[in-house]
Amino acid sequence: MVNRDESREDETEIPADETEPPEAETTVIQQESPVTFSLEGLRVGFLTCIPVALGVAGYGIAFGVIANQAGLSVAEATLMSATVVAGASQLIAVELWADPIPIAAILFATVAVNLRYSLMGAALEPWFRHLSPAKVYGSLFVMADENWALTIRDLQAGTGRGAFLLGSGLAIWSLWVFSTVVGALAGDAVGDPARFGFDFILAAVFLALAVDLWDGRSTLVPWLVALATALVASAYVPGRWYILLGGLAAALLEVIRYDS
Amino acid sequence: MIPEGALSLDGLVVAVILGMAVLTYLTKVGGLWILSHLEVSDRLEAGLSVLPGAIVIAILGPELASGGPAEWGAAAVVVVIAWRTDNILLALCGGVLAVVVFRGLG
Repeated sequence: MVNRDESREDETEIPADETEPPEAETTVIQQESPVTFSLEGLRVGFLTCIPVALGVAGYGIAFGVIANQAGLSVAEATLMSATVVAGASQLIAVELWADPIPIAAILFATVAVNLRYSLMGAALEPWFRHLSPAKVYGSLFVMADENWALTIRDLQAGTGRGAFLLGSGLAIWSLWVFSTVVGALAGDAVGDPARFGFDFILAAVFLALAVDLWDGRSTLVPWLVALATALVASAYVPGRWYILLGGLAAALLEVIRYDS
Repeated sequence: MIPEGALSLDGLVVAVILGMAVLTYLTKVGGLWILSHLEVSDRLEAGLSVLPGAIVIAILGPELASGGPAEWGAAAVVVVIAWRTDNILLALCGGVLAVVVFRGLG
């Protein structure tokens, strides 16, 4: 893991007039370990994500059941899981599903719920800038909340495994599609995923990531800004805009504070 | 075994699904695409460097605020295990087990 405080201590040996802004040093250190796209990285990503993907499958079953009740065929529900690969927006879409299909409402909700992915993808830029466009834009197809979190955790540790997102995403994708088929075929026979604590897996993955990302006092202010913004926004703004707003508020503050 | 109509694909339904798929893909690649076509200054870099943590906190805050003592207790279990062992699988299992147990107690 890149430790900003340690890197600062290393730099104190250099005469004061040669020191650069601390943020610039962090960037240089992040770039030190080369990012590669290997079969090994793909494998590690896939295996690391299996337990998380099993939890996601609990939601795939629930999605399949709801999609089936909404009138989608097994083939249609499966097609949606295989091509959209974004659980929350799929669940909302089948909740909105009616006859005739409210096309505009469904497409608008899809963008509104998934716009957070733009920010999450942007956060991968320091590592993904070393990879070819085909690898980057192929990997992003299978990016979901959970494997994004695992990938950031892995890349922050300096492993340089550029294929981790694709590997972990394939684990989620295959179980998501498979569990959709199971749910759509099983119909009402399946219970609530919360019964087994599956609903807590997302929070648990992000909590473990937060522990990893905590980097001392330099983290405190942006995190408090993100937290306050997200809590206020979640109370007043519908949907999942609060994620986007919380992330943007913290980044914007950091941009403004930069030269001070 | 396979129910009747399970394999049917309605043209309009498929079109809506593919529309969702294209829009979702655009949201996933949009942020990174814009960044890769921008000259990223040190100032912007500083903002980007706080994004991972800020997004994590923005997801967690409302998620935990909407829970109760069972979820908060389980969250503490996850944090302690992740902090002491740095093992994500152990932290996940501990958290899920804790939330089931704490909900059973409540």
